[in-house]
Parts: sequence; structure tokens; C-alpha cells
Amino acid sequence: MAQLGDRASATVSLEPDILKQIDAADSARRRRFRLQFALVWIVLIGALVGALWLTDRINPEFIGRWAPFILGGAGLTILICVSSIIIATILALIGAFGRLSTNPIAYGVASLYVSFVRGTPLFVQLVFIFFALPQMGIVVPAVESGIIALGFNYGAYMTEIFRAGIQAVPPGQREAARSLGMPERLVMRRIVLPQAIRIVIPAIGNDFVAMIKDSSLVMFIGAQELLWRALAVGRQNFRTFETLLIAALVYWILTIIFSYFQERLERRLARSDR
Amino acid sequence: MTDRPPSYPLPSMPGHLGEVIVRARGLHKYFGQLHVLDGVDLEVWQREAVMIVGRSGSGKTTLLRCINFLEEPTAGTIEVDGYRVEADPTGHRGRGHAEEIRQIRLRAGMVFQDFNLFPHMNVLQNCIEAPTRVKRMAPDAAVELAERYLAKVGLMDKRDEYPSRLSGGQKQRVAIARALCMEPKVLMFDEPTSALDPMLIGEVLNVMEELAHEGTTMIVVTHEMHFAREAADRIVFMEDGQIIEQGAPEELLNAPRDPRTQQFLSRFLESGGGGGAD
Repeated sequence: MAQLGDRASATVSLEPDILKQIDAADSARRRRFRLQFALVWIVLIGALVGALWLTDRINPEFIGRWAPFILGGAGLTILICVSSIIIATILALIGAFGRLSTNPIAYGVASLYVSFVRGTPLFVQLVFIFFALPQMGIVVPAVESGIIALGFNYGAYMTEIFRAGIQAVPPGQREAARSLGMPERLVMRRIVLPQAIRIVIPAIGNDFVAMIKDSSLVMFIGAQELLWRALAVGRQNFRTFETLLIAALVYWILTIIFSYFQERLERRLARSDR
Repeated sequence: MTDRPPSYPLPSMPGHLGEVIVRARGLHKYFGQLHVLDGVDLEVWQREAVMIVGRSGSGKTTLLRCINFLEEPTAGTIEVDGYRVEADPTGHRGRGHAEEIRQIRLRAGMVFQDFNLFPHMNVLQNCIEAPTRVKRMAPDAAVELAERYLAKVGLMDKRDEYPSRLSGGQKQRVAIARALCMEPKVLMFDEPTSALDPMLIGEVLNVMEELAHEGTTMIVVTHEMHFAREAADRIVFMEDGQIIEQGAPEELLNAPRDPRTQQFLSRFLESGGGGGAD
């Protein structure tokens, strides 16, 4: 009885709104963290901009005049990236099924694709499509060449990501689906793939970020995207410092925007974990 | 259908229960050089609850997995509800054999040790996935069916939850409901409580016992001897890939004839009259 009484008084001695106080302390900590994080970025970036300003070799008026033209190239950059990622994803899915196939022809084709495309430089592939194919009578315009090269190249890398993702789904999932009488196609489409995609999204996102930046290579064959415009304007006016800085910033911002959407997608797909 | 008399002693042949639902004949399974199933014959009658017991490594799980071809037998025949499939260990029959296996699986449901619920689907979706996509059942009818079985396992209130939000016992009960939704002729359980906290075992066994009493045809691989005594119509004891002895629970547990059965059971008798302990 005495023990019971002690316990009761111990409970009573808790501050009544202690849980609310803990919540408040937690969110204050989070707010402080975010604030300091933002401050660090602002200070560092501000210092850089200030230092550039002090050199007195930057022409703000020039930036104001030409920035819109350079930014206009971002549209083409985005078009190239989105088209390439669609091609890459389709190729990667087919490639992954081939790499996991027991059919020697499918496995052989997929393996050759991955080995050759991963084993040669993206830049070589790009210029080959644009400069070398016309010799065979196949003429591909610059933008299309870029899309094909990036799509094929990233498709090969993503093939291996998809393959690993499919293999990472626990075997018990397939067994459970099969034991319910599901045919193999249905097992793959309804049970394995949805789980595999969740597994591979961070890796695919990583590849897409890399692709956004690699799309700048297309400049070399004359596609008038971001980097091409920055270089063209910069060279003409002997002001490549400003124009290339703008291009770099735009690439950076594009990857930040993309990362944001990727994070949202990951969170949406993770809703079954909550 | 007429049966050859089995080649092993079967003290209380439950012939009165109706027809044979599962018939395994001459099952052998090798994993490499390891002879895991060594000529197993097993019949399970309609409405019968058969519990398979034995040491780890005695081949009981492999027997269950061979019946629905999650493992391809090295030799032998499986028949479920009159549908008969010969083992195809070399894979010569290809696609035809795959379809045969699917027909067996439609008749023989399976509940796994670690549940294997689909994590990207909620409880209801787990239950209606196969009925709607495999049996092409109308969604309304499938939902109605699923709700009936979810109510049966006591989880109607969890129908919209995702598996990650359920306890182990709840997951296993959903897995049972999911298997029941395909209305199989026989329900097979592979150590359904081995992955559960001791506190959660009871709720799963209660559901299984209820199913057994209702006359669900079932084959259960289990270490729960107390449960087997209560719920089984027949207990099958396996060792070294063979069925050593089988019979009604009282006969097999109280008066085992084979020394190997006696030795196996003595471990449980020491820990309290055949009750509990793994």
C-alpha cells in the first residue's frame, strides 16, 4: 500500500504540462538549427559576392543585360535532361530484365549494352553520334544527338541500379505472391517492381543530378543550351567570368529544384512506412 | 477415388472425413548432395488438420514447400484437389509446368513464418490483390470477401493500415486472411508462430484453432506441441526426411511407438506434459 501511495505521489509531482514543454523545447532547437544553417549560407555566399565586388572587375550592368539571354538556354537544358531521363529509364528497365533473364539472348544483349556503353566515355559517344554517324548516312541534329547519347549512357548505368533494386526485394515477397497463384508477370509488375522502384529512387535521383550537369557537354556539338550561350556571350565580350558564373549558378539551382521534388517523391512513396 | 493402402502404419485413418485433398507420392528432394526428403508419402483428407512435427532439419518445411512447388521436388507426384502434377526437376516441361504449378498454388494456400505481407499495400489491398487480379473477381465482391475474413481473424479495424503499423501477431493474422481470400482447398502453415514474440503467439494459434474446428483442411508445420495436441486431427512426426510415425494426437503423443518419436517427445514431456515450449 505504501508503495502504491509513493507511486501515485511521484506521478502527481510531474509538472502537468511537461510534455508540452518538451515539444516546445524540441521545436525551438529545430528552429535554431535552421536559422544558423541559413545564416552560414548567407554569410559565406555574401562574403564571396562581396569579395568579387571589391575586385572591381565585375560588370553588373553587363550581367543585367545578358543574363536573360543565358537563362533562356535553361529551357533547352531541361528539355534535353527530361527527354534523356525518360529514354534512360525505359532502356534501364528493359536492360535490367535482360540482365536478370535466364534467356541467353536477352542476357547477352543487355550485358553487351551495359559493358560497351559504360566502358566508353560519354563524350566520345556524343561526338560519335553527331560527327561519325553521318558518314554512314545517318544525320542526327545536335539536340537529338545529345538526348540519344545521354539517354543511352545513363540507361546503361541505371540498368545496373534497377537490376540491384529488383534483386534487393526480399525473396519472400515473390514466394508469397506466387503462393497466391499470381503468374510471374503479375508478381513482377504488382509486387516486385513497386518495391524495387522505392529502393532505387535515391540512386536514380543521383544519376539525374549528374545528367543535368553532363548535359553541358552537348554544347560542344552546337546545341544552344545554357553553357553554349554563356560561352558565346562571354567570348564575344571578353567577359566569360560573369557568363560562366551565371551558367554554373543555373545548373546549381536546377539540381536544387530537382532534389526538392525527389525528396517529396521519396516521402510520398515512404508513406507505407509510417 | 480409391487409395492404395499406405506403406506406413496409420493407426486412425480418418477415411470418414471425405475425399483426399492433398496427396504427395514418393517425394524426394535433394539440395545438392543433401537428401532432405527421402521418399515421403502423405495424404490429407478433407476437413482434416494435420500437424507436422520434428526436429529442425528433419525436412518438414521442405515437404510443405514441395507441395506447392516453392521447391521443385527431385522426384514424386503432388495432387491437390484432384489436380495432379509430376515433379519436373530438370525443367524440361518449361512453361507448361509453370502453369501446372500455378494451378496447384491456386488450390493450396500458404502462410509463411515471416508473414511476407506486401509492404506497399495496406491490409485490405493485401487481401484483394490476388482475388481481383488472379481470379478476376469484381472489386466489390473481393472487398466484401476480404472484410469477412478480416473480421474472422479479428482485424476489421486495421483494414486501412499498412503492414509496418501492425504487430507481428496482427501481421500473421492478416497473412492468414489474405490466404483465405483465395478460398484454397487446403491451407498450409510454415511455422507460423516461430517469428513471433511469446506474447503474440496465442492470438495466431487461436485463429488457427478456430479454423481447424470449423473444418478447414490444413497442414501445419509447428513446434507448438500443446497447440498440436489441441487442434490436430493427426500429427505426423518426421525425421531425416522421412515420415517416421503418424496418428491421432492422443495416440502419438501418449504412446509413441518408434524410439525416435519417443526421444523427440521426451524433450517436451520434460518441460511439462507436452505443453508449450519450443
